[in-house]
Amino acid sequence: MASIKFNLNGKPHSADDAIPEMPLLWYLRDSLGMTGTKFGCGMALCGACTVHVNGQSVRACVTPVSSLAGKNVTTIEGLSADSSHPVQKAWAELDVPQCGYCQSGQIMTAAALLSKKARPSDADIDEVMRGNICRCGTYQDIRAAIHRAADLKGGKA
Amino acid sequence: MSPASTASGHTARKSGFSRRGFLQVGASVSGGLLLGFVLPGGSRLSGQTIARTAGTAAIPDARLNAWIHIAPDDQITFMIHKSEMGQGTVTSLSQLLAEELECDWGKFRTEFPPVDIAFGPMQGVVGSQSIRTSWTPLRRAGATAREMLIAAAAQTWGVDKSQCRAQSGTVVNTATNASLSYGKLAATAAKLPVPANVALKDPAQFRYIGKPIKRLDTADKVNGTTKFGIDARLPGLVYAAVARCPVVGGKVVTFDDKRARAFPGVKQIVPISSGVAVVANNTWSAIQASRLLDIKWDEGANAAVNTPAITKMFADKTLQPGTVCRSVGDAEAALKGAAQKVDAVYHAPYLAHAPMEPLNCTADVRPDACHLWASTQMQTVVQAVAVQLTGLRPEQIHVHSMYMGGGFGRRATGDFISDAVEISKAIGAPVKATWSREDDIQHDRFRPASLARFSAGLDADGWPVAWMNRFACSSIQKSSSGQDPRNGIDRTSSEGLDDLEYEIPNQQVEYHWTETGIPVHYWRAVGYTQNTFFAESFLDELAAAGKKDPVELRRRLLAKSPRLLGVLNLAAEKAGWGQPLPEGRTRGVAAVFNVGTYSAQVAEISVVAGKVRVHRVVAAVDCGHVVNPMIVQQQIRSAIVYGLTAALKGEITLDKGRVQQTNFHQYDMLRIDEMPVVDVYLVPSTENPGGIGEAGVPAIAPAVCNAVFAATGKRVRQLPIRREQLV
Repeated sequence: MASIKFNLNGKPHSADDAIPEMPLLWYLRDSLGMTGTKFGCGMALCGACTVHVNGQSVRACVTPVSSLAGKNVTTIEGLSADSSHPVQKAWAELDVPQCGYCQSGQIMTAAALLSKKARPSDADIDEVMRGNICRCGTYQDIRAAIHRAADLKGGKA
Repeated sequence: MSPASTASGHTARKSGFSRRGFLQVGASVSGGLLLGFVLPGGSRLSGQTIARTAGTAAIPDARLNAWIHIAPDDQITFMIHKSEMGQGTVTSLSQLLAEELECDWGKFRTEFPPVDIAFGPMQGVVGSQSIRTSWTPLRRAGATAREMLIAAAAQTWGVDKSQCRAQSGTVVNTATNASLSYGKLAATAAKLPVPANVALKDPAQFRYIGKPIKRLDTADKVNGTTKFGIDARLPGLVYAAVARCPVVGGKVVTFDDKRARAFPGVKQIVPISSGVAVVANNTWSAIQASRLLDIKWDEGANAAVNTPAITKMFADKTLQPGTVCRSVGDAEAALKGAAQKVDAVYHAPYLAHAPMEPLNCTADVRPDACHLWASTQMQTVVQAVAVQLTGLRPEQIHVHSMYMGGGFGRRATGDFISDAVEISKAIGAPVKATWSREDDIQHDRFRPASLARFSAGLDADGWPVAWMNRFACSSIQKSSSGQDPRNGIDRTSSEGLDDLEYEIPNQQVEYHWTETGIPVHYWRAVGYTQNTFFAESFLDELAAAGKKDPVELRRRLLAKSPRLLGVLNLAAEKAGWGQPLPEGRTRGVAAVFNVGTYSAQVAEISVVAGKVRVHRVVAAVDCGHVVNPMIVQQQIRSAIVYGLTAALKGEITLDKGRVQQTNFHQYDMLRIDEMPVVDVYLVPSTENPGGIGEAGVPAIAPAVCNAVFAATGKRVRQLPIRREQLV
């Protein structure tokens, strides 16, 4: 057991008595009760557990808590306080989610993409978003919502 | 109209459990005022955790009927008895209720109710039935409640009902302009007799039905606060995973848990009927430790099962006559006299459902009550499983329905419920039992594998005159209920083959009910998932053999089926059927009538180095009266992705009784870069609604494979489409 310190959604966090090898996904869900980050595969194959570590999207299901010392971790709960992130606004505007289970991961991956590319092309979207499975098949709406979020971020109404 | 979709007040209770979850409700659909509720000393959930405290007394909401409860403070609650798995029930059932109740959109909240006979003897969501079975009852529930509120207002004012009008959650006295809110009237209304016959609105007056109203549950799904089954939390909750026999149906003989016990976080090891459960203080430890168990298995009857042997068994059986499930004219004689004969054998593999939310259930079994939190498609199955395992009475089993992270038929089973119930009973504590993705794929109850043999005859002009079809498939009914199919025919095996709309004068369809030992179950669109691929592909073979255009052939055979002909023509027109395409692109078509809905799809594809790329799909759908066109279009796109995933990638194989695929790297899903543009066209209609969740699945595989034939001259008779078949 160890104490691992990192920033979680903008606040200092000390993971005391954490099992160092435990993936961040399960630390968030079972130890902290933060259930917005979802379990899908456990092998970084589906993207449902995507969070940001130092601004990069990572798969929380294969990220040991021990690797986070000193880093900034953002989950869906910390993306915005009031669903006001442009990606969340675009997702709501276009009613992207169906069952909704994969959407935290989709939104986190899309938010990281937009932080690097203000105007992602369809090819950019394919390259980054292909790691996130949606079994409801909302891909067409996800693509449209990412373009819409780019508009919102760029100040277009 | 500006439906407010972001206010949290009317989204379905995040948790799905609340004081209403503990209401003891009567058996009548339109009961009177609820007189009180029982607090069983069990768990209550508030926000994210369940406080083990006695409930506080509160003024009960007036229960105008099973679906509509109104509180004195005007809070209207709609009970959504069809759980939400993305198909849109929270929104579309609310549209039916709000329309007739005459309350404003957004001025209500929704909740998933407990098991209640008012919602039918089989409370659940299967078979694309939610709208079909709710269309009249829920509008009637809304109208009945409205009339009772009007009667209560008339009684209060001492005026005739004709002087009262319901409007925006109030009843207005048209002579005085006085008004009373529904909340003030509800307690009185609930004591009034329930009117037997109430008038439903003229569809021309609809304010909500038929409109593309935004989903009520989106706001919570974009910030991670929606509570799926896997998100249930309780004080003192422990977490479990189960080591299962790698051979389907095998049992534990002995086990050594020394290494598992030593894993950090592990608390207990409990043998249960599905294997050996590891209980830990977190799910990860439970899953990891379950893999450290050293278990000696009795591999059972399936130890030698493999898929090539199953396919051969199906192929051999279909050489012999089977149980006749359709016979028109004299197919055998017509075949003998045909100018041209076409033969083909088609095959479809086992498929896993793979909903995004892995299976899970949270159970709290106590001596006098059992509480279950589950994302389930079948509340009554959950209850029945718990009754059987605990010995408690049905009214002591409390099913708290959670949002489902996908269902597709998988969540209509009880296997993931029994794990949690057995473990909680054994350890005397609340437990969340979660299946790993490997459990999900390897221990699914699969879409059945199937094989179909066809012989058809064409006349001298190339038109079909004889259709012979023998197929073999195991029975979902037998697998899920233990009951033999009546007269040897299970319609879940034969649908899509024994009910073709095409007018061919001589048809014979025969079924070989063939058990394989592999558990099978309903998979989104069920029998049509393989059978429409078979039939629509073979029909395309007949078009090619008879030198007919595939749309033209179908038009001729559908002359007496106007609605299927209508969607065929609409899809062909919108897809530009017959118009030139860019170099390398081809089109294929397929049509189907399933779940009460007519649909046709045209797929536009290219094949490069044996790899199929689907560029565009045009779907035309006639599902009768549309309740929410946006949701219908989303569901059709969703179903096309589901069916296309199977056509391009889906296959579960077995060797020595072991499923050979484990996770998404071996059982892959369609990704965004493979997503075609899908255009959905809805036929305006005033017919009763058809189903939608499954309507879009069957046609996509044959539409794509028929386009592949147009591109390559190679006929795909076995799914998934393999690159080596096309190069």
